[in-house]
Amino acid sequence: MTVAQSLGFPPGQPYIDTRMSEKSSSLARSYFTPSLRLAAVAALALLAGCAATDPTSEFTDPYEASNRQVHRFNKSVDRSVLRPTSQTYGTVLPAPVRRGVSNFADNLALPGMVVNNLLQARPGEALQNSGRFLFNSTIGLGGVLDPADSIRLYEREADFGGTLHVWGVREGAYVELPLLGPSTERDVVGKIVDFALDPLGRALPAGERGVKTGASYVKLLGDRYEYADTIDSILYDSADSYAQARALYLQNRRYELGGDDAQPDYDRPDYSDPYEDPYAQ
Amino acid sequence: MRNNPSRRSVLAGLAAGGTALSLAGPLAALTTSQARDLIDQVVADINSVINSRRSEAQMFADFERIFTRYADVQIIARSALGVAARQASAAQMRAFTDAFRGYISRKYGKRFREFIGGKLEVNDARPVKSFYEVKTTAYLRGESPFDVTFLVSDKSGRNLFFNLYIEGVNMLATERTEIGAMLDRRRGDLDALIRDLKTAG
Repeated sequence: MTVAQSLGFPPGQPYIDTRMSEKSSSLARSYFTPSLRLAAVAALALLAGCAATDPTSEFTDPYEASNRQVHRFNKSVDRSVLRPTSQTYGTVLPAPVRRGVSNFADNLALPGMVVNNLLQARPGEALQNSGRFLFNSTIGLGGVLDPADSIRLYEREADFGGTLHVWGVREGAYVELPLLGPSTERDVVGKIVDFALDPLGRALPAGERGVKTGASYVKLLGDRYEYADTIDSILYDSADSYAQARALYLQNRRYELGGDDAQPDYDRPDYSDPYEDPYAQ
Repeated sequence: MRNNPSRRSVLAGLAAGGTALSLAGPLAALTTSQARDLIDQVVADINSVINSRRSEAQMFADFERIFTRYADVQIIARSALGVAARQASAAQMRAFTDAFRGYISRKYGKRFREFIGGKLEVNDARPVKSFYEVKTTAYLRGESPFDVTFLVSDKSGRNLFFNLYIEGVNMLATERTEIGAMLDRRRGDLDALIRDLKTAG
């Protein structure tokens, strides 16, 4: 019997029950505290201002001119600060240490994902993320190790932008945020709400909350180092790095939001059968 | 891995080069299992490259061989060039396709190099519209598994893949954006683009 089975996970099954328990829904309710309600009101006000998305076009980018300015700014920050710092970080610390920091930060993000899993009415995913959090926080030594992966108890990524998508809110226009990078109007609102939501941060004393935030910044350095080739090629080798970043972000994000049955949307205009494409013949 | 005779003859033909292939005669219409078999082979080749511990340059050469053997580079190149392909001469299209093959192998070779120590696994295949979709999963160390989807068609006369999606990112659409931007930068000068593409990626 594996560790997973001893904890009640059936073999070969990434997760278990799909019924939402009373407990977990009241857990979700308890997060609707006054400050969250305030954030929700602010978020709704922002959403009301979302530009309508034309479903027949690949994307809406009415802020392209200012987005491009932000993109230039982000690139200069990357070139002068983020990239060099990440190179030092990656060179000084050995891979297992970097992996540990990254695991630690990922683990602390799980409670927030559980709340969003529930808001998206995906109790199975909430249970999977909760199981993962408990498993890695204990057996994984506070989340530094990731033994949950080896029993296929993978992370089920969720954020409030995704929750808005599930609730039927449209994507809105493409936005490039200073320091935070590519996003959409819907995801900007999502980020604000996730920041206000922060279930684990609320439960932690101020000092530990700082550790959580710090870990996520250090993880960012690790990611910048780990994926340096790809990120460099997008930012510095492509002919139009703004257009590339926009295309990559939107395609990947839409795919991710597809959830379990995520699949390329063959009906979208950014996909066309090249054998039937007028340009191709 | 299943070994149906038609696939074996196709692969034998491919291995022997383009001329041998034309002697193999017309192929039967592509089936789901043939599409799957093709990607089984692609994935096996990619897995052996990413676990070969060869140098970067050698890996890029390996990826170029994989692209040449299993991908419809001609249609991918033409589609990436977009409207400009209409005005291009036959000689320009040949030169562009050649340069594009190297470029795409280096560029996607870099992505696949991040898979070192990991593996791709073929899940399932299904017909979509006029082609086949073959889904694979990439298992990388320290990361949640993610999807890499290949689209396979026999419209070129051979069973080849003509597009791939890494976590939903569409190679054809992305390259059309990039090649379009490169062409704009060179004020539409296709010959300049071809020259620069030889070292890009």
